[in-house]
Amino acid sequence: MCLSKVKTMEELFCLSENLKGLLDIKKGKANIAGTMEISVCGGTGCHASQSAKLKDELVRFAKQYGVEEKVKISITGCFGFCEKGPIVKISPDHTFYTKVHPEDAERIIKEHIVEGKIVEDLLYVNPLNHERILSQDQIPFYKKQHRVALRNCGLINPENIQEYIANRGFLALAKVLKDYRPDQVIDEVKKSGLRGRGGGGFNTGLKWEFASKYQSEKKYVICNADEGDPGAFMDRSILEGDPFSVIEAMIIAGYAIGADEGNVYIRAEYPLAIERLTIAIKQARQMGFLGENILGTNFCFDIFIKYGAGAFVCGEETALISSIEGNRGEPVVKPPFPAEAGLYQKPTIVNNVETLANIPVIILDGAEEFAKIGTEKSKGTKVFALAGKINNVGLVEVPMGITLREIIYDIGGGIKDDHEFKAAQTGGPSGGCITKDHLDIPIDFDNLSSIGSMMGSGGLIIMDDRNCMVDIAKFYLEFTVEESCGKCTPCRIGNKRLLEILTKITEGKATMDDLNRLEELSNIIKDTSLCGLGQSAPNPVLSTLHYFYDEYLAHIQKKYCPAHVCKALAKYQIDEKICIGCGKCAKNCPVNVIEKTDKPAKNPKLFVYKIQQENCIKCGTCAKNCPMKAIVLL
Amino acid sequence: MENDKKKFDELDEYIKTIHATEHELIAVLHRAQHILSYLPREVQEFIADRLQIPVSKVYGVVTFYSFFTMEKKGKYVINVCLGTACFVRGADKIMKAFEDRLGIKNGETTPDGKFTLSSLRCVGACGLAPVVQVNGKTYGNATIETVEQILKEYEGE
Amino acid sequence: MEKVHIKINDIPLEVEEGTSILQAARSINIYIPTLCYLSLHIVHEHKINASCRVCVVEIKGRRNLAPSCSTKCTEGMEIYTNTQRVIRARRTVIELLLSDHPTECAMCEKNLKCQLQKIAAKMNIREIPYVGEVSKPNEYIKSEALKRDKAKCILCGNCVEVCSKVQDCNVLTFSHRGFKTFVGPAFDVNLDESKCVACGQCVNVCPTGALSQTSCINEVWEAIHDKTKHVVVQVAPAVRVALGEEFGYSLGTAVTGKMVTALRTLGFEKVFDTNFGADLTIMEESNELIERLKEGKNLPLITSCCPGWISFIESEYPEYLSLPSTCKSPHEMFGAMVKSYYAEKMGIEKKDILVVSIMPCLAKKKEIRRPQLANDGYPNVDYVLTTRELANMIKEIGIDFDALENGRFDNPLGESSGAADIFGVSGGVLEAALRNAMLTTEGKCKNVDFMDVRGYEGLKEADIKLNGMDLKVAAVNGLKNARKVMEQIREGKCQYQAIEIMACPGGCINGGGQPFHQRKMSKTIIGKRMEGLYMQDMSKKNRISQQNPYIQKLYQEYLEKPGSEKAHKYLHTSFSKRITIIK
Repeated sequence: MCLSKVKTMEELFCLSENLKGLLDIKKGKANIAGTMEISVCGGTGCHASQSAKLKDELVRFAKQYGVEEKVKISITGCFGFCEKGPIVKISPDHTFYTKVHPEDAERIIKEHIVEGKIVEDLLYVNPLNHERILSQDQIPFYKKQHRVALRNCGLINPENIQEYIANRGFLALAKVLKDYRPDQVIDEVKKSGLRGRGGGGFNTGLKWEFASKYQSEKKYVICNADEGDPGAFMDRSILEGDPFSVIEAMIIAGYAIGADEGNVYIRAEYPLAIERLTIAIKQARQMGFLGENILGTNFCFDIFIKYGAGAFVCGEETALISSIEGNRGEPVVKPPFPAEAGLYQKPTIVNNVETLANIPVIILDGAEEFAKIGTEKSKGTKVFALAGKINNVGLVEVPMGITLREIIYDIGGGIKDDHEFKAAQTGGPSGGCITKDHLDIPIDFDNLSSIGSMMGSGGLIIMDDRNCMVDIAKFYLEFTVEESCGKCTPCRIGNKRLLEILTKITEGKATMDDLNRLEELSNIIKDTSLCGLGQSAPNPVLSTLHYFYDEYLAHIQKKYCPAHVCKALAKYQIDEKICIGCGKCAKNCPVNVIEKTDKPAKNPKLFVYKIQQENCIKCGTCAKNCPMKAIVLL
Repeated sequence: MENDKKKFDELDEYIKTIHATEHELIAVLHRAQHILSYLPREVQEFIADRLQIPVSKVYGVVTFYSFFTMEKKGKYVINVCLGTACFVRGADKIMKAFEDRLGIKNGETTPDGKFTLSSLRCVGACGLAPVVQVNGKTYGNATIETVEQILKEYEGE
Repeated sequence: MEKVHIKINDIPLEVEEGTSILQAARSINIYIPTLCYLSLHIVHEHKINASCRVCVVEIKGRRNLAPSCSTKCTEGMEIYTNTQRVIRARRTVIELLLSDHPTECAMCEKNLKCQLQKIAAKMNIREIPYVGEVSKPNEYIKSEALKRDKAKCILCGNCVEVCSKVQDCNVLTFSHRGFKTFVGPAFDVNLDESKCVACGQCVNVCPTGALSQTSCINEVWEAIHDKTKHVVVQVAPAVRVALGEEFGYSLGTAVTGKMVTALRTLGFEKVFDTNFGADLTIMEESNELIERLKEGKNLPLITSCCPGWISFIESEYPEYLSLPSTCKSPHEMFGAMVKSYYAEKMGIEKKDILVVSIMPCLAKKKEIRRPQLANDGYPNVDYVLTTRELANMIKEIGIDFDALENGRFDNPLGESSGAADIFGVSGGVLEAALRNAMLTTEGKCKNVDFMDVRGYEGLKEADIKLNGMDLKVAAVNGLKNARKVMEQIREGKCQYQAIEIMACPGGCINGGGQPFHQRKMSKTIIGKRMEGLYMQDMSKKNRISQQNPYIQKLYQEYLEKPGSEKAHKYLHTSFSKRITIIK
């Protein structure tokens, strides 16, 4: 791609106008020549399912069928509907194909492009009425979504800055440089009510304002792309699908606070996002959006990529700053806050990827327009990574204030295998669970905190009756123990001890004393830890204790795991009424703990068998081998 | 040895090109691990010398971040995702199956140097949970049965 | 400075802006325990990493408890240090630390001196409700001078702080993370394989028994009770003004007389004074300085009394090994004289003499193993005990220190000038050498007090006129400052002709073998010890080394003159590049 420098704002406006047509087909406007576009999802999920190969095959067959002129085939960012990936979308008719494999390439070209016939069996089937759905906007998964941060994901080619410009790209930057003083930018962001999407939910404009007030020769803007919450992947999707909006937002932030350098701190585990971001930064530099005298003004700004190296705690801003400086990622006490003394002791703002992705929209459409979305104190939308026991796993962007019920049942398509919803974990290892009772509470920052959870970065893990809540709490504690930096005592030793108590509970060895200790220690860790990681680490314990106390009690008093998850508490038992006395269970038992009793079985010549519980290793071999299915897990 | 020298030269070249100071330590370590596949003592001492920082600092940083390793890894690194989405869909059972089948624990390498078993947290392919990666190649919707298939694919080589 | 008004436990208080809650509370005698807080007064910085969370307090209006060490007082702040919530949290933090800490306190080196133990006692902890895995194995690793006991480490980071920020040696580091975090040298090697110079500052700031000395008390007892051996002891100047702290004397009290009697009671045949060796060192070193100035070669001359500093230059600046004075350190000179002059005079065979040095220092334990510090096949010094170890031995056999009569050092090696006493403080060796050089070259030394080189500043300079020459000299303490000076030399920007370098901040009085200052490297403690030594100096009749009559006698009877062949054989040494396994 030959990109020439955009030297003035007028040039940008001109270019923007000229490029507008670039996305016409994708946006559904048919052109006279009948050109079509095939967008293949290049998000990580689809990528893992060979979407790159699929694209190559599509190109190959387009040539073979002589339609390479008629159809443009490109990779786009994540469509969000990962459950049904790889996704292929045909424009301008918006046909939405799901679960497309490289073998399907020929049919798509031949039937859809050449012959104009829909490939029926690749369409999404509505599980409720088993009807095939033709286009994306008809699919329930998308119906209640409101895409702001993800506006370009799945639309533009993330490796082509021109497509970004075609969709109002860099116009927010131009508007700011042309019409706003830095303090006016901050006011606008403040007015929008935008709150940090990375965890704490701090008012973004306020954060900018603090940093703008400190005088310094050098200031920094940091984009926190160290998405560590296991099960959240919206930041990665944004960087993979629309890296430019993050870049544009960082430049605007730099202008607002008086910084000339930005750093994107990104997980090394995200190679695709790093690649796309690198390309995007390069293109932005070529076009003069980064560098000296941006758009002919005196303002200069550039962005560099810094790599994480596998430490969840580096999502905490002071730890992140330590890491960028080349140190162990240990948090330091605040104050001073980064706004005063951050990277290399200079005033610094740290904003999360999703937060930044909202900025250009706020500037272009105005704070008031943005503030129309959402609830009173939580404005705009939130992207959730919907995962777990749900039919439609994927990335969804919804307006704040939506209920969990809408997310799970309307967007998520309900619980997998028609099981019963039990709880949803929000906020990852720092959050807590939401139960059936909260299905209709409008989801926003404050409501989630009030029920003992938190918004966090937007991981939304759905659990059903097959999940043991003690086991879930233990899972999160295992995570925090592994990821604790070890600096402060409560987090380093306290969380380890919490985990040990939880392990005792899941093994049926705990007492009621342990349960009390679990709660008390959790509260003290929250109260005394140095950073946000430690302070929120006990949340999954406290919240499951609060809502699922009976489940804890069952483990401790009845030595029973209601979800049958905790192996040590599992008990295989032979139903005497069904047992025919064939002895297959005893023969196959690896530890020989199944014995014949003197009770006659159905066949009076034979006797029923019994499992000696003390030495049973709960491997389940007996159950697998029982022809009568007489052996059940209790 | 000759080969190693080349690798050290490559690393040195990188350090010079980016004008690395102590603040670029993590970037340099990433490159070093990329070139040498692990970060043994000599490499850490080399980096300390080139960046003019104490080797204790390099060691402190290397051992802090889980991405860096001081152990030589197997030819095939099997990563079982233990992120939440994978966990609630039974990733722990997949891990157990690999452990049983290979006779090693999470984090270990088979004696023949062929497989290293490790875990990671969320590769972002939650739609395919549970997910296993072998040298970067992703296998989705893993089951106890696919464990066997995955191993067969590499054991022959 | 602006004033802010606060309330602590409802007591109204006015403090300067920027004061921490901890400082404010201490100013009105409210006790808040701390573990990781380290006061580094004399190097002008405090270490506040707020990681132990023992000092948490409740602040009205705040969601969480706040660490008092790092939280600054702000206008109207209402602080509570003793609510049930605070006490419960503090107690839990201690319980957690104890749950990952050995509890065989009775056997610990730091028994009764351990901060963790003290706080646990104050908090009335009688059981540890949290039981679980321990993070580090309960085993110790000995090096020549230091003993590391990983299991006792509570990760306060004090040692890492002094090793890096104060001494710039950067040997100790945090490694790994989370529950598995521990402190040690890179790759967890033995300290002897690292660049550790054994200054022992880390030992001084360790709140628990995780870092201590490699003790040789048992070997010394063996030697004392071995009838075939003639065991003599010598005591460094800094010991006499600190030993009293172990027996309840006020800071800086010189307990020389009682100490001498105690040593005799322990069973040493002769009790000598390292001060004699110090006077001897001055004779040789000032001679060396005059010679080097004359020749204009190997300047600046840098003192070599401090083995920590010598280890440092040998590994960090091996290209400048021609600069340190070739003089052995005072106790080594002394040992060499005991095993030659004294042995011959007394008619004792050298092989039967054992020399024990009581030192404020850990690096001396390492120093005596240097092959260069031996003559005629015997090491000059056989054992080094620290001030702390001496106190332990005195306590061990039940001596009532306070009731002891004042004794006197034995002669001929027990007399000294005031110049020798001040070897124990930073600037002292330089001052002693200047006194002597002035007297030698000009025939008189009117003013023996060189005030410019006194005090605990890291670098002190003085302009001196010596025999018509304008000299610029400096006294440096703390290895971080030593590095700065060496960098000046490397860049060719050094203007000094003579430099005294001591590894420990403040000099030997703050050495790694001194009674624990309990994490307060403050002017009150170090300053008092300093004052004690200058008092000793003032009280002496002779204030210049060559005025010591026994020194004169030694040269007449044995060594001829400073710098003679014999003097070189017994009193001088050599240095070589130190190659450590860890670079």
